[in-house]
Amino acid sequence: MNFQTTYLGLKLKSPLIVGASPLGDKIESARELEAAGAGAIVLHSLFEEQIEMEERAVALHVNRHSESFAEALSYFPAPSRFEDLPDNYILHLGKLRDELGIPVIASLNGTTPGGWTSRAQLLEEAGANAIELNLYRIVTDCMETSAEAEKRAVEIVRQIRSSTSLPIAVKLSPFFTALPHFALELCHAGADGLVLFNRFYQPDIDVEQLEVSHSLNLSTSQELLLRLRWIAILRPALEGRWIAASGGAHSAMDCIKALMAGADVIQIVSALLLNGPSLLKKLHSEIANWMTEHEYESADQMRGCMSMARCPDPEAFERGNYMRVLQGWRS
Amino acid sequence: MSHHPESKTLDANEAVARVAYLLSETIAIYPITPSSPMAESCDEWRSLEKPNLWGATPTIIEMQSEGGAAGAVHGMLQAGALSTTFTASQGLLLMIPAMFKIAGELLPFTMHVTARTIATHALSIFGDHSDVMACRSTGFAMLCSNSVQEAQDMAIIAHAASLRSRVPFLHFFDGFRTSHEVSKIELTSENQIRAMIDEGALAAHKARAMSPDHPSIRGTAQNPDAFFQAREACNSFYLALPGIVREEMERFAGLTGRKYSLFDYFGHPEAEQVIVVMGSGADVTHEYVAWALQKGDRIGVLKPRLYRPWHVADFAASLPPTVRHIAVLDRTKEPGAIGEPLKLDVIVALHEAAETGLLRQPLLPKVVGGRYGLSSKEFTPAMVRAVFENLSSKHPKNGFTIGINDDVTGTSLAWDEDFDIEPSSVSRAMFFGLGADGTVGANKNTIKIIGEETENYAQGYFVYDSKKSGSMTISHLRFGPQPIRSSYLIRKANFIACHQEQFLRKIDMLENAAPGAVFLLNTTSDPSRVWERMPTEARRHIREKGIRCYGIDAYRVATEAGMGGRINTIMQTCYFAISGVLPREEAIQKIKESIRKTYLKKGEEVVAKNCRAVDQTLEKLFTFPPLDPHVPEFPLDAPVPPAVPEFVQRVTATLLAGHGDRLPVSAFPPDGVWPSGTARWEKRNIAQQVPVWEPDICIQCNKCVFVCPHATIRAKFYDPQLLEAAPSTFKSTVFRSQDFPGKRYSLQVAVEDCTGCSLCVQVCPAKDKTNPRRKAINMQEQLPLRETERANWDFFLSIPESERAAARMEVKSSQFLQPLFEFSGACAGCGETPYLKLLTQLYGDRLIIANATGCSSIYGGNLPTTPYTTDASGRGPAWANSLFEDNAEFGLGIRLAVDHHTFEARRLLRGAAGRIGDDLISSLLDADQSTETGIQSQRERVAALKALLSNGSSLRSGPSDPGLRKLFDLSDFLVKKSVWIVGGDGWAYDIGFGGLDHVLSGAHDINVLVLDTQVYSNTGGQASKSTPLSAVAKFAASGKNLPRKDLGLMLMSYGHIYVASVAMGAKDGQTISAFHEAESYRGPSIIIAYSHCIAHGYSLSIGMEQQKLAVNTGFWPLYRFDPRRRRVGEEPLKLDSSKPSLPIGRFTENETRFRMLAGLQPAIYTELAATAQELVLRRFEALRNVSERSPSEAYKAEP
Repeated sequence: MNFQTTYLGLKLKSPLIVGASPLGDKIESARELEAAGAGAIVLHSLFEEQIEMEERAVALHVNRHSESFAEALSYFPAPSRFEDLPDNYILHLGKLRDELGIPVIASLNGTTPGGWTSRAQLLEEAGANAIELNLYRIVTDCMETSAEAEKRAVEIVRQIRSSTSLPIAVKLSPFFTALPHFALELCHAGADGLVLFNRFYQPDIDVEQLEVSHSLNLSTSQELLLRLRWIAILRPALEGRWIAASGGAHSAMDCIKALMAGADVIQIVSALLLNGPSLLKKLHSEIANWMTEHEYESADQMRGCMSMARCPDPEAFERGNYMRVLQGWRS
Repeated sequence: MSHHPESKTLDANEAVARVAYLLSETIAIYPITPSSPMAESCDEWRSLEKPNLWGATPTIIEMQSEGGAAGAVHGMLQAGALSTTFTASQGLLLMIPAMFKIAGELLPFTMHVTARTIATHALSIFGDHSDVMACRSTGFAMLCSNSVQEAQDMAIIAHAASLRSRVPFLHFFDGFRTSHEVSKIELTSENQIRAMIDEGALAAHKARAMSPDHPSIRGTAQNPDAFFQAREACNSFYLALPGIVREEMERFAGLTGRKYSLFDYFGHPEAEQVIVVMGSGADVTHEYVAWALQKGDRIGVLKPRLYRPWHVADFAASLPPTVRHIAVLDRTKEPGAIGEPLKLDVIVALHEAAETGLLRQPLLPKVVGGRYGLSSKEFTPAMVRAVFENLSSKHPKNGFTIGINDDVTGTSLAWDEDFDIEPSSVSRAMFFGLGADGTVGANKNTIKIIGEETENYAQGYFVYDSKKSGSMTISHLRFGPQPIRSSYLIRKANFIACHQEQFLRKIDMLENAAPGAVFLLNTTSDPSRVWERMPTEARRHIREKGIRCYGIDAYRVATEAGMGGRINTIMQTCYFAISGVLPREEAIQKIKESIRKTYLKKGEEVVAKNCRAVDQTLEKLFTFPPLDPHVPEFPLDAPVPPAVPEFVQRVTATLLAGHGDRLPVSAFPPDGVWPSGTARWEKRNIAQQVPVWEPDICIQCNKCVFVCPHATIRAKFYDPQLLEAAPSTFKSTVFRSQDFPGKRYSLQVAVEDCTGCSLCVQVCPAKDKTNPRRKAINMQEQLPLRETERANWDFFLSIPESERAAARMEVKSSQFLQPLFEFSGACAGCGETPYLKLLTQLYGDRLIIANATGCSSIYGGNLPTTPYTTDASGRGPAWANSLFEDNAEFGLGIRLAVDHHTFEARRLLRGAAGRIGDDLISSLLDADQSTETGIQSQRERVAALKALLSNGSSLRSGPSDPGLRKLFDLSDFLVKKSVWIVGGDGWAYDIGFGGLDHVLSGAHDINVLVLDTQVYSNTGGQASKSTPLSAVAKFAASGKNLPRKDLGLMLMSYGHIYVASVAMGAKDGQTISAFHEAESYRGPSIIIAYSHCIAHGYSLSIGMEQQKLAVNTGFWPLYRFDPRRRRVGEEPLKLDSSKPSLPIGRFTENETRFRMLAGLQPAIYTELAATAQELVLRRFEALRNVSERSPSEAYKAEP
């Protein structure tokens, strides 16, 4: 079966790619994922806070107590060595590029325009094939308008664009008021594609300790539906740009649906964490079988066939569908 | 060879370490102040694989002690390696036995010594020659450097001469004054150093190496028939040595242009009076002589370089023939000697010169000797003048002291404190900063800018506080067109900066201002109100000296420029902008260039941020408005409250005010015995924020009291009627206790003593149910609370302490006991001090502590104020520090003496039968003292005994019968004493392990508390054998590649030792149980207490959380091995922590010491981390297996 796909200008052997996660942290497991048929690997995110915190760590913990006490003018070997630390992320990226034949996409995660965005250039130098920019942010300030929130995101994309010539995919949350317009703004600012969507980690409450606890729940296929709708809506608007479905793809059918909605690639994480790299083989085989059964010859053939531009009832993705589903519950 | 020297600004430690590293193949190291930075530099260079002169990376080994380092060096040398080591003070003393061997075997070798005071009546980390002078008889050649430049140069000459002569060298320079002085020097290039090395001599050294291919026997035992002659066989080497050194000095001069002689004379060619002096004092004398020559004085200074062997001919030849009087200055003291060593050498040399016809003077010059500069005591041109004046007097004082006022034996010479000869061309600046605010770092950067980018010479010297938290730093910077010889603190500064406004009220810093000086104040005050912050003394100096004043709100500028709280760049900019040391525009340009160099790797944004801060600084800098005479005046804060004991007022307060130099000899105890409990008089007010108690939320668990490292948060319960006298703001609530119904409970903070670490808030488990962000204690600004809480604290202290007998061995109850260790100078959030505080709470009134040198001896016993204190009856811990290496033995000695006294008291008591009631005797002898109640009853019986014995005479004088008198004197020993041996892991695992092992292997009732921070904390975090796998530490710059020693497991193997591993942050109850069991066990016991530390690299406010993680990940298992359990058929080992429930990474990821390796060498880190994970699991299983095995399998031993 011809699974060949282009994403962010990169030629991939398959539309199934490994999403941003620890799955690419070890060379060995990355090799297994490639062998199992992954089209590309997105590395875990390098956080803005991480980039800046690591820099501050020197001042904070290494230099903090220095030059205060005559017997101990410092408490660590010369800080200059710490300041010159090779960037582990970059080192790892370089190693993966050497080891793998499939593209490696680096991921940056930040919320404010600033110095950290220059890191994109270093990622490019280290051999990344593309950058995935994760704009994970919750607006909690009552004084910040939606326009300001969008402007800020656009500015980050612009900064990243100016520091690298690599293709950039922007990973978004679904919580934007006017997503299509915003998506176009991002593309105008330099994004080559969108990754839909980010999954917010949901804080929980520990009622015994009266603390907010952190939990990480894996996705379910149910979460894919939101992605399908927005991919279908955005597909026609983002002509010439790429879209990745991210969140909720667990089965072959999930992947087929995402392709039909218009996704260029499908990012898989939770299902791989649950089932291991061999799942990719299984998915490819099941998708191939389904396509054969339904006489599809390539992934391209079905890509976008159910987008808002091509599906038989585009209003289904709009308000009309909402009414119909509610009525359906009643009946 | 061309003479285009590269200039560099560095300190002597760095300059010497560079030479030693380049010229060595193997290096043995051990940390000791002030030499540690040399070893640290070498270890860092090795980790970067920097090559030595022959292209190889030296092998570096950290040893367990200096004795070990010397032994290792001895082996290295016998096996043909080029070696070096670095040490000082006690460390040098420990090397002496091996030094005799190395010299006796004619092994070429150079060691570098930062000359430091030897501990006598007290320890001192500062500089004098008492250590090197103790090595005179070792057979080592001794070469002295007087400055940073000379330290580099003599280091090279020493290595070169040793290789050629085969005589080992001790190269020394003054600890701190030279070792830590940053100075602009001409760097000797590697090619120049190479040209100094005689490859033939090197080959010969290699050829002499031990080898089975050409075997020999070394270190034989010789008998009366052979030893003497063989000992004399080395003479020719020593006879040749001065000539070799002379030649190497000449060769060096040819290469570099810098000339040295065995004895360098500077002064009038027809001088009549000469001072002979070594070390940094020689440069000060040189400076004075240069000044006096211009006035026409016929004086001079003679600087011996090669002190051993002393070359009489060169000495005699270097003295002008006109010399009539010589003053020899020794920086050491030899009580009981005719004179100090240098003086004796000079006298003998003069006599020998006279006898051999070498004397150039018509008459033998008269020689007087004097002592100066012990423990880095200041030595100034004014003192040099006083020494010359003494020489020119009719009857010069001999055996004098200079620099102190000896009002007891009258040895001291007077000097004029105001005498100043520094030329106006030298720019002198003083900066008063806080340890953590980057002041020293910024000043070091300033020195580099001026030293390396202008033609000026530069000098920087930094004075640090004796406290580890909230400490003040004073930077002394000099810049000028000529080399700077002023090896003393600045007294007349033309620029003074106060980087922390609060210091203005504490010290009279403008006392040091020269007329017309510039003063810069970092102030949060509005310019129009800045005078309101200036104490009367400061205003007076400003007025009388015509000081120009500038202000800046540096914290605001830093915040606005996005630099957080770092004010260093801002204050540095101010200095350059207004000091005039460089043209303003050029100076600003250079700061920006320096910023670019420093931060470019972090990106343009960071560079821009810093440069923006520079520009904003210039905009925000303001000049003080004219002083309005109506602004209310106020004096400096008194160092102690008015109502303090006389000694504290007279001595301690003077030390606190920074005027200790003015105290005369008579002010000091001659034997080093000081009163306890002085820390409570020093109200440091260093915390910006302090904990505030919310009684309505509090559950009265006392955990906050338990963890407080400085004993500044305390709990009491008491009768409600006491509240009648309470200040209105004093907080109180109903005491939740079934045992004490109707009582009130208060938690009180000593806000003036608190360091603001917030550990108490972190451990507080009680939260407001409607607003969980609010706990039962929360941090609030200190200043608005200071006055009210001072009154509340005073009232709280007036509430009677709870009865010791009422306390139970659990957290809450124990924390009502009065801590007898309070307000120490330990770091904010220290992980060690809560254990010590607990120890004093549990046993303080009958506690004797033998304390190994280290952090705990510094915060425990460093003047001016000390934290061990007394209870209302005047009882409290008796504390003493002997040395680093002998603490276990020292503590055992105390135990044996106490036991002997107790035994004697009991024997005499039995012998007093018939004269004292038999009931009292038997109850005294048979008393159960296993509980506080028992102790209390015994104290009452002893009081009754004393009353009986005194038989009407006063208790003080006691009975007149000699036997009964002795019993009277010893009767306090009938009350059980608790002897504890305390120290860190550097002591217990390394330098003191042999002694510790021996002491614990016996049956005596001693208790050991190891405050285990897993590094040598006090000297700056060098690796010990407790340092864990994969942690980066000094001396393990590439990460520790082997697991830590399991001290507990090793000691458990004896079978009869009580061994506990505790971490109070993880399980406080277990810690208390361990203390109780260890103390009650009538044999040797040891508690190994996990102590978080700033050397771990994270915010100590989460120290207790980290302890929990340490235990939950298995990194630090908790257990108690109690041999008594066998009596009841149980296995002695009880495991108190569960199977590791978290991966070890959860613990290590929070600490820089582990993260550093992850960053430096990720592959190695990953491998080591995996091994570490495996190790903790394996170790846990091993412990569990032991704890679950049948008791019959264990060796049954119990004293």
